[in-house]
Amino acid sequence: MHITPLYIIQSRKKLKSFNSFIISVTKLNTEIEILKILENNARISNKEIADMLNISVEEVEKTIEKLEKEGVILKYKTLIDWEKVGAEEVYAIIDVRVNLTREKGYDDIAKRIAKFPEVHTVRLVSGDYDFQVVVKGKSLKDISFFVADKISTIPEVRDTVTHFLLRTYKEEGVLMFKDEEDRRLAIVP
Amino acid sequence: MSRDFLNKRVKELKPSGIRRFFDLIIGRDDVISLGVGEPDFPVPWRIREEMIYSLERGITSYTSNYGLLELREAIAEYYKKFGVETTYENVLVTTGVSEGIDLALRAIINPGDRVLIPEPTYVSYEPLAYISGAEVIKIPTTPDFKLTYEMLLKFKNQKIKALILNYPNNPTGVSYRRKELEEIADAVIELDCVVISDEIYGELSYNFKHLSIASLSGMEDRTIILNGFSKGFAMTGLRIGFAIAPDDILDGMLKIHQYSMLCAPITAQIGALEALKNGEEELERMRSEYIRRRNFFVKRLRNVFDVTMPDGAFYIFPNISETGLSSEEFAEKLLLSKSVAVVPGNAFGDCGEGYIRCAYAVSIEKLKEASDRIIEFVESL
Repeated sequence: MHITPLYIIQSRKKLKSFNSFIISVTKLNTEIEILKILENNARISNKEIADMLNISVEEVEKTIEKLEKEGVILKYKTLIDWEKVGAEEVYAIIDVRVNLTREKGYDDIAKRIAKFPEVHTVRLVSGDYDFQVVVKGKSLKDISFFVADKISTIPEVRDTVTHFLLRTYKEEGVLMFKDEEDRRLAIVP
Repeated sequence: MSRDFLNKRVKELKPSGIRRFFDLIIGRDDVISLGVGEPDFPVPWRIREEMIYSLERGITSYTSNYGLLELREAIAEYYKKFGVETTYENVLVTTGVSEGIDLALRAIINPGDRVLIPEPTYVSYEPLAYISGAEVIKIPTTPDFKLTYEMLLKFKNQKIKALILNYPNNPTGVSYRRKELEEIADAVIELDCVVISDEIYGELSYNFKHLSIASLSGMEDRTIILNGFSKGFAMTGLRIGFAIAPDDILDGMLKIHQYSMLCAPITAQIGALEALKNGEEELERMRSEYIRRRNFFVKRLRNVFDVTMPDGAFYIFPNISETGLSSEEFAEKLLLSKSVAVVPGNAFGDCGEGYIRCAYAVSIEKLKEASDRIIEFVESL
């Protein structure tokens, strides 16, 4: 974030409010910097974050605590390649079209779907259908029955299309494959 | 006895001091190298994609000697960012800054002309100036590695032809703010010489915005700006850079370039154009990562060394003289006992003795491990 150069500020009064503006901008920057680091590596220590941002460990602790309390940080998760441990899990992406009524809007229907533990993600999307629902199950049959029994039967659901997930190439901004290596020479002037 | 075919000046050139370390590392895979002066990021994908697409369409010809017009226009526009108002007519696309340095020197140097080089310095200026026929005068800048008005003014009336400036600096990471540049410019005008301003790390300035010395009053007609895409846009191996220079000097550089290089590779030129059009976001991402690494690494090394927080580039240049070891002894022992490679400071000039250069263009995880090993090493001495 770029801060407007100081020289445009002329009156003292303005300078005062500008200073507090700078302080809040710096604070916001620190929050964003911390979030960026945690988003990429949630297991990094507060000490390391402090060193990377050139601030005190206390400030990092306080900021993270604040962000957790405010619900900015919702949860710390781990991105796992379950296939590598041979886990037999099946994911499917379900396109769900719904009919809205006076009594039931998107939020009501979405909440109803989201509460099933089998449901991994629920998103309202634009386009040919309304909700994109990711369902996790043990087998294709498992998921098919879940969709037939629990989602299609919701009165507002008009129809569904199920896409079984075959392979993931990128997840949460992380490539799930490695085809590049460091080819630099060991010493370069 | 067979005839000696070698050019006298070439024969006198010393091989790069870095070479020996390179040989020591070969074949060892446990080494964490902080000796690599290039980004650890590959070329951003959208730039690579654009180059691949151009190859698919068969865009593989020579370009104008100057480079693609669209790229030259984009470069002229881009340099407003660093304070310089220019047009494509003063832009020459080169095969990296390395070629640019050679062209600049050969275009202006007559045999015996004097060239000032502040030290510590990037390794190629002195040899290239020497081969071009110049008499090289080095200016030591220890302890804070900053060139000042006073240092330069000592050379008044000594017929100095050029000063080579490199900021943010390899190997020290030092850069200059406007006021400091104005002082240097004042001295340069008094010496009535040219500045060859290597601004390849301009995008990697962390404490303040990079400003080109060419933007200062009276400098426009005596500055050769050299810059490129290797560091900021992580395009090292593509060898693509540019020069911005006054009309007569650019004409001179073009003459040498058209006969020796013809033009920069077209694929790399297309990648460079994409970098300027759409590379800003990737650049910012890499920049913020370098800042985090710099802060982290400086903090760690301050446990054992006196380290100044560098303004830019991706190097730190700590003073190791308190260990009682010379730069080379330090680097060699560190490599052999802890498998961490750094470059001895004297590779960058005599006044770099007592220092080492550590490049932080490696991941935080590696920096953590490397700093632990360096600290262990220093404490064991």
